[in-house]
Amino acid sequence: MNFFRQLTEKSWLPDENGALSIRDNNVSDTASSRVGLKVFLVVVGFLFFLLTVSYAGRMVYEDWRPVPQSWLMWQNSAMLFMASVGLYFAQISARQDQWNHVKIGLIAAGAFTVGFIVGQALAWQQLVDKGIFELTNPAVALFILITGLHGLHMLGGLVAWGRTADKVWQRDKFKLSIVRQSIENCALYWHFLLAVWLVLFFLLFSGNDNMGILLTICGFK
Amino acid sequence: MSDITQDDVGYVAPAENAEQDLYHPKSWITKYVFCQDAKVIAIQYASTAIAIGLVALVLSWLMRLQLGFPDSFSFIEPADYYQFITAHGMIMVVYLLTALFLGGFGNYMIPLMVGARDMAFPYVNMVSYWVYLTAVLVLIASFFVPGGPTGAGWTLYPPQAILSGTPGSDGGIILMLVSLALFIVGFTMGGLNYVVTVLQSRTRGMTLMRMPLTIWGIFTATVLALLAFPALFVGAIMMLLDRILGTSFFMPSIVELGEHLSYSGGSPILFQHLFWFFGHPEVYIVALPAFGIVSDLIAVHSRRHIFGYRMMVWAIVIIGALSFVVWAHHMYVSGMNPYFGFFFATTTLIIAIPTALKVYNWTLTLWKGNIRLNTPMLFAIGFIVTFLNGGITGLFLGNVAIDVPLSDTMFVVAHFHMVMGVAPMLVVFGAIYHWYPLITGKMYSEALGKFHFWVTFLGAYLIYFPMHYLGFVGVPRRYFELGDTQIFTESVGQLNAFISIMTFIVGFAQIVFFYNMFRSYIVGKKSEMNPWGAASLEWMTPEMPPGHGNWGKSLPLVYRWAYDYGVPGARDDFIPQNMAPKDVPMEKKARKSTRKRKS
Repeated sequence: MNFFRQLTEKSWLPDENGALSIRDNNVSDTASSRVGLKVFLVVVGFLFFLLTVSYAGRMVYEDWRPVPQSWLMWQNSAMLFMASVGLYFAQISARQDQWNHVKIGLIAAGAFTVGFIVGQALAWQQLVDKGIFELTNPAVALFILITGLHGLHMLGGLVAWGRTADKVWQRDKFKLSIVRQSIENCALYWHFLLAVWLVLFFLLFSGNDNMGILLTICGFK
Repeated sequence: MSDITQDDVGYVAPAENAEQDLYHPKSWITKYVFCQDAKVIAIQYASTAIAIGLVALVLSWLMRLQLGFPDSFSFIEPADYYQFITAHGMIMVVYLLTALFLGGFGNYMIPLMVGARDMAFPYVNMVSYWVYLTAVLVLIASFFVPGGPTGAGWTLYPPQAILSGTPGSDGGIILMLVSLALFIVGFTMGGLNYVVTVLQSRTRGMTLMRMPLTIWGIFTATVLALLAFPALFVGAIMMLLDRILGTSFFMPSIVELGEHLSYSGGSPILFQHLFWFFGHPEVYIVALPAFGIVSDLIAVHSRRHIFGYRMMVWAIVIIGALSFVVWAHHMYVSGMNPYFGFFFATTTLIIAIPTALKVYNWTLTLWKGNIRLNTPMLFAIGFIVTFLNGGITGLFLGNVAIDVPLSDTMFVVAHFHMVMGVAPMLVVFGAIYHWYPLITGKMYSEALGKFHFWVTFLGAYLIYFPMHYLGFVGVPRRYFELGDTQIFTESVGQLNAFISIMTFIVGFAQIVFFYNMFRSYIVGKKSEMNPWGAASLEWMTPEMPPGHGNWGKSLPLVYRWAYDYGVPGARDDFIPQNMAPKDVPMEKKARKSTRKRKS
């Protein structure tokens, strides 16, 4: 029964077929963790959406001085993409019970994620070295805030990644379904944060013109 | 309403629901302090919220002393006054009402009303409370730092919130922002629990449309809060960076005391948008649980099924959705584009439609009901009247042309206190009286409860009705004193004094409530298992108060909605949600007619 059909149920009437209405899905802990994660991702998505709107709203001012493009950020983006691929590989391998492949995927994902976070820190350092780390410039401040919050979410993800790795390496102590669910959840989280990052990356380095059409549609320009 | 006759309804024996692995406390500390049981967490949330709410009540008295009797209390300086306003507003809206409705009632009622053993993630739920408590402690700490708490007003508008001329611009504003960020982190943990528990942990037979409206209200409010609080979070973090690191998110180029500050290019209006994108849904984060709870109180105590249940659910969801597109009606005076103003005025008026529908349905539920005018019912009816009054003045203020002259007057203060202060607090009291027997296993004193209601209800009207008048004659809000303002007659001062006296009477009347609660807990009469004859699931636990895990050996099965009152043919005037059709006691006449029909 889908959500909207449920909302049209006439619960004050006896069931049409005269039977007790029973939810047919069997609720389990693993399913709850998946739903919990999805709800959390919606909240995280909203957080970054609001930051995006704040950034786009400020871009249209004449005094806007965007942060210059950096090759390091391209490299970082590639790292995050590879981390996501690593987790996808682990996810597929777990479904096929190829646990050595799962381990490879997890290690790769962890290493690339650490690489991404270190790379982001280096990008901040680059701004300092170039002498454009001016916090009074809203573009710089937003750049720091947005990349910082995204990095914090990645660090939080690494905690979950560590717990998942622990389950994989000691999987005889856990139910297989829980280990698999843990990998699936990690993968979803990484894919989502990759998608968020790609939007932010486009936003942060879109200059004053690339976003023009979008800003016009939204009424900012 | 189910028109049930025995044996007509087929029965399919359901399989048992998957059991949740419960954490079983092994020591006093894990049972009562760092506890994962949602009921204990609910009481912790409620106690903390009420305690900090009492601080806010005292602050409001101090404000009223100044407004009612200016020049009489030398210990209240203008800076103090603004600090009292700020802390009072923020505490009441965020730390009391949000925490009490969602953390308090949400934690206690969701598992019981949906037939779950506990929340979906009990550990996260426990952490949620402790983060909330930390947020409250950080807020209290701001009273003790040099410069005191922030006096920027509860909306914390920049640039003045972080400029040195504003009280508490040293540590006060920093601690306030940190406290808000902590509150939001804690709430997100709790909120995830409430949503997932409702979606995932309902017992068998508890379809979405069989849930009591209390759960619909709390569920929708939680979804709203999960989406609205990030705006406040972003705003708080950005302002914190402006204050500490000197960024210019919200700070324009500005001169202070002849000195050009290093800020440049920030947008104060951006903060207003972020704040009210949270701030208006916040009204409904408080109101929707109140709507849900009051629906259940009215149904139970008028022995009638709720009128238009499905419409009531949809109205809750629609109000929740619309609450995200009305925020800028708080910003008409910020100089916005008139077309924007028109858009937000229109959406504001549209939201009145589902809200009015709810008021009609409450009234129609009462119509021809077997009304029991006990304490919870009095508070429920008091809420309907008050919310209607507050809502109607909201329609005034939703229109740009009326809002602009009234915006900075006491009319606005009266409006939002009626709709967001008095109305939800009446529900809080009604709900506490209603579920007191469930939570404590004791009955409260009905006489003291009714006394508490009448003093609170009438007193609140004697405070806020005159305040509307003060607003109409132009008395400004946020003013420390009116001084020798010639345009105000003597009656303005007299009314201010009268309002102040009433706030003390109403405030002290709350002692009766606390006395009633504590005394009844110690020496009160033991309650029956289901003293109100309610049909909803929370009253069907094998023990009262419900024990750890709520449901004994097996989870309940749900066969009907939560509003089977006065069912034709049934012997009793209510049928519990977990009573199988074949077990419903029937009137003799109905049984005969059933047999006849069969033969």
